[in-house]
Amino acid sequence: MKQEFKIIANLIEKNTRVLDVGCGDGTLMEFLKNNKEIDIRGIEISKNKVQNCIGKGLTVIEGDAEKDLIQFPDHSFDYVILSQTLQAFLNPEQVISELLRVGKKAIVTIPNFGYWKLRLHLLIKGTMPVTRTLPDEWYNTPNIHMCTIKDFFNFCKDQKIHLYKSIALQNLKSSKINNSNIELKNLSAVLGIFLLEK
Amino acid sequence: MNDINNVKKIIVDKPLKLDCGKIINNFPIAYETYGNLNKKKDNAILIFHALTGDQFVSGVNPFTKKDGWWSYAVGPDKPIDTNKYFVLCANVIGGCMGSYGPSDIDSISKKILGTSFPVITINDMVNAQYNLLDFFKIDQLFCVDGGSMGGMQVLQFVNNFPNKTKIAIPIACTASHSAQNIAFNELGRQSIMADANWVNGNYSNERLNPDKGLSVARMAAHITYLSKNGLQEKFGRKLQERDDLKFSFDADFQIESYLRHQGSVFVNRFDANSYLYITRAMDYFDLIKQHNGNLSKAFSQSKTKFFIISFTSDWLYPTSENKDIVIALNAIGADVGFVEIESDKGHDSFLLNVPEFLDTLKNYINSSYIKN
Repeated sequence: MKQEFKIIANLIEKNTRVLDVGCGDGTLMEFLKNNKEIDIRGIEISKNKVQNCIGKGLTVIEGDAEKDLIQFPDHSFDYVILSQTLQAFLNPEQVISELLRVGKKAIVTIPNFGYWKLRLHLLIKGTMPVTRTLPDEWYNTPNIHMCTIKDFFNFCKDQKIHLYKSIALQNLKSSKINNSNIELKNLSAVLGIFLLEK
Repeated sequence: MNDINNVKKIIVDKPLKLDCGKIINNFPIAYETYGNLNKKKDNAILIFHALTGDQFVSGVNPFTKKDGWWSYAVGPDKPIDTNKYFVLCANVIGGCMGSYGPSDIDSISKKILGTSFPVITINDMVNAQYNLLDFFKIDQLFCVDGGSMGGMQVLQFVNNFPNKTKIAIPIACTASHSAQNIAFNELGRQSIMADANWVNGNYSNERLNPDKGLSVARMAAHITYLSKNGLQEKFGRKLQERDDLKFSFDADFQIESYLRHQGSVFVNRFDANSYLYITRAMDYFDLIKQHNGNLSKAFSQSKTKFFIISFTSDWLYPTSENKDIVIALNAIGADVGFVEIESDKGHDSFLLNVPEFLDTLKNYINSSYIKN
């Protein structure tokens, strides 16, 4: 998902402090570090992946985003990134609120469950969709809180979270999401990328 | 070279005021070095040893004839590669491998100091060792590193000298010695002091040695360095060179024989009074209290990059206590990495061949040096 990384990089300003929550093996962190003059840190739950990050010279702490974000003071980062992991949390609502406490802004990307191929899969096959971006079966998927771009849009409205930028990504094509095209983007986008602020 | 007088030493002629109020002067710091200091002097790593360690980190210890205590981690082509880095380690004051300690001779009475040696602290140890930087004319270290009590010294070093090291790696340690830690240390001390041969610390002058007390202290402490699972896996209920129980108090079980062995070899290389003083220094260690409850303040003046490592099965200095240090550093936006290594080898994991730990240590040090 290099395209996703490029869009995220474009949302971040120079000389800022950035926290990548659920940074995995540090691919995004490395990309941002090489392409932006920023101070970036990561938090990751898997020991192996933390060790990978350390090997790449990235500053990462092992920790659970649902428990360990509490150690970061209010607004201690300019941006907090959550790339394609919101759906894996037990309590996404609380995670979003923590992201917006720790970061002045948050960048959240979500795999769009409203994407037409997923809808078609469910409509025709009648089973939970399995795709390249969502490769697991329902019984072993870490993705326990899937949502659509529209769901997230409405969630932010309800929570009075300000959406600075909403971007739909479909393969290599990115486009803005707004109130008038939300139904269409909710059908055509594979990924939603949001820049938000409380 | 197995004469204690022949180890490398500097004599510190700057007076050092100890936490107890006493001032010491013209005292020796024994040290060892590995590898070469480069021209830029930017490749120096100061390693702090743990309770029963010494300056012989790597290679063969000239006194025990065994491998240095951190041979898995330090040496040519090892994770801390002495082809690349200049490794420096000193014996702590209070120790018994050449630095100023209770087995030194009082210049006036010509008697061995024993318990007239002043009570020292982790802070005193670190301040004493700092003199090595002056001696080697090192303006800034690349790294300070150490496990257990060595880790406590790492924390104290950054607190005392905020910008004298680029990176700091405290391993399997704590910022404040817990009641349980103090309890185990007290057990060891009481065991030594209950030995009739301890004679109020005056044993050397009377040509005695509290071997029994010191070996029991070591046995008890050794249990705290291992995990229950590790012990069970290694020893279980296996019997020692016998087919059945002997219905006596001999070492029927392998674990008994193992502990007795650990105790008996320890007394040949360690001084009982040093054991009292160093455990006391650990017990007094409370960096949180030094900053009125706010550990972050210990590091707020520093730009040092931290990497903290703990082990899953370490119940003596558990992950939670290591994480408290991470939290304190994150609270001030410090550059801090942290990982808990999976190991069933208990607190001793940092001294043993735990490949994931050694790889992580190597990767962190090497990637930090590139960016240097």
